[in-house]
Amino acid sequence: MTPGSTQVSAGSLGLLTCHTCGLLSRPAPAGTDETVCPRCGDALHRRKPHSIGRTWALLIAAYILFIPANVLPVMETGSLFGSQRDTIMSGVVYLWETGSWPLAALVFFASIVVPLVKLIALSYLAVSVQRRSPKRQLERAKLYRLLEFIGRWSMLDIYVITLLSALVQLQSLATITAQPGAVAFGAVVVLTMLATMAFDPRLIWDSAPRPEALDSPKPPVSSQAAGGKPVVPSFTMNNDHA
Amino acid sequence: MPSTLSPSTAKLIACPECDLLQREIPLPPGGAAICPRCEAVLYRNTPGSLDRTLALLLASVILFVLANAFPIVGIESRGNRNATTLFGAVLTLWDEDMPIVAGLVFFTTIFAPAFELFALTAILAAIRWGLRSRPLPRVFRLVLAARPWSMVEVFMLGVLVAVVKLSHLAHITPGIALWSYGALIAIFAAAMSTFNAHELWERLTFDR
Repeated sequence: MTPGSTQVSAGSLGLLTCHTCGLLSRPAPAGTDETVCPRCGDALHRRKPHSIGRTWALLIAAYILFIPANVLPVMETGSLFGSQRDTIMSGVVYLWETGSWPLAALVFFASIVVPLVKLIALSYLAVSVQRRSPKRQLERAKLYRLLEFIGRWSMLDIYVITLLSALVQLQSLATITAQPGAVAFGAVVVLTMLATMAFDPRLIWDSAPRPEALDSPKPPVSSQAAGGKPVVPSFTMNNDHA
Repeated sequence: MPSTLSPSTAKLIACPECDLLQREIPLPPGGAAICPRCEAVLYRNTPGSLDRTLALLLASVILFVLANAFPIVGIESRGNRNATTLFGAVLTLWDEDMPIVAGLVFFTTIFAPAFELFALTAILAAIRWGLRSRPLPRVFRLVLAARPWSMVEVFMLGVLVAVVKLSHLAHITPGIALWSYGALIAIFAAAMSTFNAHELWERLTFDR
């Protein structure tokens, strides 16, 4: 935080930030119910609508499906010597035993660690927002950014199954077919991605403590800022992201 | 209808991730503005963004067509051969009574990337050659919504894992599409590194 600056969120001044294009706008006068961004046409909200409720609904569905996704077989290998059904975990074990341990670690991470971390971390973020916790806001904001980034990589196993079942159709020798576990697994990935999108990271900062309540001493809020004209903090310049 | 701010406050922006209100400042070339509160990247100054991104996107479009038109990998084992394109793999899943998984793969590896690539190229070309069109901001909005679902690079990693799994069972021959995907991922990543959504929205605003 920049010392000496007053931190004002656009929402607290009644301004609406478009979630798509970032344009700030004033809400339509009372009585008119049109709430569409004048630039991109997306619906305008102060915060994503029913963010916590939607996040929980999607998360709970994902928790439930996480069980069949890991217990049910995701593919079946049929050959002259009988057939074998593989779960996500047994696929990892197969890679490990055939000596491709870097790939075994990769698939284990993408298919088991990432979905589990997403479920737990997003539950934590939702609970902390519901409790209006003012603690560790920066860490939570970074955690959310991490979840947005890693979520997609869980689709890895779905693509592996797709390719294997398309390629291994050697009638006399071996065939690989997808099994119901793949549906549950794909659903977990999609549901956790939707849950992450439904969560509004701005809510983390809405419970920001008043400046005087912070641990480090801060100058009192100026009368100008209290009167509704924000003292706007300056930017931090950073060339690392070039 | 919600109204835009008056010109004196037009350079105010709010952080997309924590809603902190701040004043937009000019940046040196290659610079990025970081939110002082949550450290999100607010916007960047990417010189020549429009031309560079458009050139890289045109190359990506060609590679994407190649990647979908040719087989990805072929396998051979004791005289049995098989090869598949991405769409062929989706059809196999469909025939195996896995319509949900087939739909998911189709959407994330064919539909969303195709829409993202073609629509973004069209938008940039329209701005580059000064074509004003009212639906442009709406199309750009859909592109941004489709982006998280476009998973070509994850698919590529999936191909790699599948090839390693199969290498114990059969002889693998990489197809034209495999190289096209590799090049597509590198060039599309380069396009996205010069892509500037903030600047694009500004241009779309003044086009009206």
